[in-house]
Amino acid sequence: MIEGEAVASAEKPLMRVPLVLNKRNFSWVTERIAGVIEANAPRWWWVAFAITSMVAAFGLFCLGYQISTGVGTWGLNHPVGWAWDITNFVFWIGIGHAGTLISAILFLLRQKWRTSINRAAEAMTLFAVICAAIFPGVHVGRVWMAWYLAPLPNNYGIWPNFRSPLLWDVFAVSTYFSVSVLFWYTGLIPDLATLRDRAKTKIKKLLYGIFAVGWRGSNRNWRHYEMAYLLLAGLSTPLVLSVHSVVSFDFATSIIPTWHTTIFPPYFVAGAIFGGFAMVLTLLVPARAIYKLHDIITPQHVDKMAKIILLTGSIVTYAYAMEFFVAWYSGNQYEKFAFYNRIFGPYWWYWWVGMLFCNMLSPQLFWFKACRRNIYIVYFVCMCVNAGMWFERFIIIVGGLHRDFLPSSWGMFYPTWVDIWTFIGTLGIFTSLFLLFIRYLPMIAMSEVKIVLPEANPHHAWPGEHHPVAAGGKERN
Amino acid sequence: MGAEYPSASALYEAAKRVRDSGFKRWDVHSPFPIHGMDEAMGLGKSWLSAAVLGGGITGLLTATILEFGPSWFIYPLIVHGKPTNWATVPAFFPIMFELTVLFAAFTAFFAMLIMNGLPRWYHPVFNWQRFSRATNDGFFLIIEARDPRFTELEARELLEQSGGEHVTIIHEED
Repeated sequence: MIEGEAVASAEKPLMRVPLVLNKRNFSWVTERIAGVIEANAPRWWWVAFAITSMVAAFGLFCLGYQISTGVGTWGLNHPVGWAWDITNFVFWIGIGHAGTLISAILFLLRQKWRTSINRAAEAMTLFAVICAAIFPGVHVGRVWMAWYLAPLPNNYGIWPNFRSPLLWDVFAVSTYFSVSVLFWYTGLIPDLATLRDRAKTKIKKLLYGIFAVGWRGSNRNWRHYEMAYLLLAGLSTPLVLSVHSVVSFDFATSIIPTWHTTIFPPYFVAGAIFGGFAMVLTLLVPARAIYKLHDIITPQHVDKMAKIILLTGSIVTYAYAMEFFVAWYSGNQYEKFAFYNRIFGPYWWYWWVGMLFCNMLSPQLFWFKACRRNIYIVYFVCMCVNAGMWFERFIIIVGGLHRDFLPSSWGMFYPTWVDIWTFIGTLGIFTSLFLLFIRYLPMIAMSEVKIVLPEANPHHAWPGEHHPVAAGGKERN
Repeated sequence: MGAEYPSASALYEAAKRVRDSGFKRWDVHSPFPIHGMDEAMGLGKSWLSAAVLGGGITGLLTATILEFGPSWFIYPLIVHGKPTNWATVPAFFPIMFELTVLFAAFTAFFAMLIMNGLPRWYHPVFNWQRFSRATNDGFFLIIEARDPRFTELEARELLEQSGGEHVTIIHEED
């Protein structure tokens, strides 16, 4: 007893801020999260979904128009052969990275606060990768020839070039998507079982039941489940770092000034996580306000995500600065000109607004706790970062291509309405999928949030506090 | 025969007692994995990792064959007059890595299902009304009648003494 009290008093000053506020219990977590799905769809949901699905449908129409008419409907031409399409691809795939970082890397680092946000972030990953995959698929021109990307011989017996970074990209993105689906679904199984056991109608019970694969919460199952989850996290960790590295190889292995730099892989990965966390907050801050999830997604969570945005934003700033330094230090006139052109060339304002203001300066606000705790400032910075990261990719891709070695082959890029609406369409697809997700699946991992409640620990009963058995019994009427 | 426990720590203590009294065919059910429950139940480390290692090696070999077969033997491609000798082998590494991860991840997922005997949509425990709380906030311990040590009296006594409530006999059929 004396020893126990000593432990208790020693732990008191070190007590961490709880991850779930207001001492909520297990069934509160279930009720609150499953309740979101079980209640009727609120009116705002229908309005939002109607708008986003119309935008998505128009985006799909643009894709159909582009496929049936030809790539000429886009503004791409000599010398800018990659423009909005690849910008959008890199933008979307980058957003996905935050989801995997939260679900895998923070899991391995035992960052328990991840449990409140990982499910939604993983869903965001999947939807972002779906949006990303559209662009390289259709920008090849003749979409029906896309099977040339597969490791199969064509009708002349020629195989794809396995030494090409573009083929690495095919493998990297498809692996990334498949593994993300598996990871997400594995995490969903216990929560689907919860929904199955709460379902009121037969059809819901059947559907959730099928996908819950008969999960019973058995510890003999949890044993293998936890190992599988750990290994999936371990596999996803190098994977997420590799995907954007491979994306950056598409550029880094070429000879275009500003593209062929060895700094690209870490620079792209940091940028991806930077942009992805901004998108996680962009989605979760409204969801938290609408569904009153403030006890689960606490100010602490927002604060920590803001710190990650600050960290990765500073890494990105360093990378930008290093590019300029290397351009100067290399003595290479093309490289030097390209970076001069980035700031003072025809696309100058993309750099001043997108890269300088949105990506380098705005996250610096997060040095101040008052800014990290002010939800409006957080949201403003996230919006800046979302936009800034799109501009960054545009500057890298179009900025590099539009003025390279020969002034005689310089040119500008002007997007067409199809370019613009295809991109807006993917925003619609992304938000529609996310709205469907929060409607039909638990947006917070219930079984994982329960683990971080103090009474989930079997050694929770330290003296001085009320006995957890009694506490549990009281709340369970 | 099943019993419900009021908390994770009560279930943890009960599991240790059931383990020590020598039962073999029993299980605990909880809405989340309880830390340390594997030891409390006398279970070792999951050997799922061995299957995943096998899956990863299969993926690596698949990628090796897939890349060296066409690019080395069937139809060596010469692009931009670049060499195709051993110095170019590192260009094969990204795909080797990706397929290793891909195969290992699929193995982890399917091995988890197979080792858990899932999907299994029917199970006698679902016949117990209270059991639906196992995915919400209930903590259950189930001893199967198939256990060689099982007698109704002894099992009931053990479950009740260890703090179990609502001790119930669950039948195969409704």
